[in-house]
Amino acid sequence: MTLTDTVAEKRPGLSPRQRAQRSRGIQYAVLIVIVLVAAFTANWGQIASVFFKPEFVKSAFTSGLPGAFVKTIEYTAGAFVIGLLGGTLLALMRLSRVAPYRWLATAYIEFFRGLPAIVVFVAFSLLPLAFADLVIPLDPYGTVWLALGIVAAAYMAEVIRAGIQAVPKGQIEAARSLGMPAGVATRKIVLPQAFRIVLPPLANDLILLVKDSSLVFIIGTSAAAYELTGFGRDLANTESNLTPLVTAGFCYLIITLPLGLLVRWLEAKAARAH
Amino acid sequence: MALVEIKNLHKSFGGNHVLRGIDFTVEQGEVVCVIGPSGSGKSTLLRCVNLLEVPQQGQVFVRGEDITDRDCHLDSARQQIGMVFQQFNLFPHLSALANCTVAQTTVLKRSKAEAEQIARANLDRVGLNDKVTAYPLQLSGGQQQRVAIARALSMDPALMLFDEPTSALDPELVGDVLTVMRKLALDGMTMLVVTHEMAFAREVADRVVFMDGGVIVEQGPPADLIGNPKEERTRTFLRRVLDPTHVEPN
Repeated sequence: MTLTDTVAEKRPGLSPRQRAQRSRGIQYAVLIVIVLVAAFTANWGQIASVFFKPEFVKSAFTSGLPGAFVKTIEYTAGAFVIGLLGGTLLALMRLSRVAPYRWLATAYIEFFRGLPAIVVFVAFSLLPLAFADLVIPLDPYGTVWLALGIVAAAYMAEVIRAGIQAVPKGQIEAARSLGMPAGVATRKIVLPQAFRIVLPPLANDLILLVKDSSLVFIIGTSAAAYELTGFGRDLANTESNLTPLVTAGFCYLIITLPLGLLVRWLEAKAARAH
Repeated sequence: MALVEIKNLHKSFGGNHVLRGIDFTVEQGEVVCVIGPSGSGKSTLLRCVNLLEVPQQGQVFVRGEDITDRDCHLDSARQQIGMVFQQFNLFPHLSALANCTVAQTTVLKRSKAEAEQIARANLDRVGLNDKVTAYPLQLSGGQQQRVAIARALSMDPALMLFDEPTSALDPELVGDVLTVMRKLALDGMTMLVVTHEMAFAREVADRVVFMDGGVIVEQGPPADLIGNPKEERTRTFLRRVLDPTHVEPN
């Protein structure tokens, strides 16, 4: 009340509503100027032919884009499973009564969360040099899943731990009072509720994982194993045109946008349940 | 042999000495109500009977077996002791039926069909045969508490512990739960009930135990303990609960 009074006194001609209207008008004007400048100064023909050339979009589809799309999904899905299993194990270790398990889990989580994922991938690319006899099964899937999953597990462990701790203590007491041993109570009562709680943040981790799968080309996979980024980069190089990479980029959105909607839907559902 | 025998039980939380030497027994088929002011240790005592709280000193015998002994198989002892909580503690991710079967199939290794048959019979017993498929969040507090009773009964316990089972309920829902408990008592179930429902204690209990300051002050048949208490502390407490508007003369 007093605030608007003093403001109105300084500018006697304008009511607060009129001032808000004028501010909005200025914002629109700035936007229009920027659009006009961009429209008249940029070389649209060149931009279109470098980034969005239709024949390169077509050639991307015929020269293996669908396969790369499937590879991205396969790499992500496998890594998610490893991350989920590893993350659950790490979360249980962090909550263990045995102190060394807690230390190990904490060390692992802090190490791989603090490390840029790209370092892990470079390390995996060098592994065959260091260990000549090393064979990771299911080539190239085994290596990719392991590299992505090792990092994902660290992130998911923290999410799952928070979920486990969010399950009320009374749930464990009820389970134990029915004679359930600790392990059964964890499996049948605590974990199902914990996963329900962490479903939205886990779906978020999945989105991050889709994008991290683009780092796979660092491992140095063969052309047949290319996922979207590897494929787009390779084709953009040979064609000297960015269109294949842009096309690959849009393919990520086809995966991540529905996942984003899923996260929002899960969050809304969780909010309604409470 | 008493079904439950407690000897010289002591329990503290940090520096807070909650139980200061409790000795008492519950006989087979007996209904014992524990009353007393909040903070008197009655819930802690109940939670020591199935070792949800571990006492620092003293022993708890269930059917002659010392469950405070390290060698005691605690999980199998707990199967014989049903517990009903103030906050129900139903498993929210399971239906009413599954709440009643999950421990039967995992702990008692009953077949799914047998467990469901027993669960349905117990849900029927608490008057909820029409809520078998409902989830806890779809049920009222009184219905949830009755599912919790059916869940405990499905393990065929020798003893039922009730920890203020009606304290979290809306007043109009208290009656349904007390009716179920009354029926259970008439069927001969051994029950240890922490409660503030004096009318229930007077009508259903074989014995009422009054606790204050971590000790048992007085115990006896309800007619004596509620009708004609010997100890001054008991009288003061009963005056307060039976007539909340009563003002203590200074």
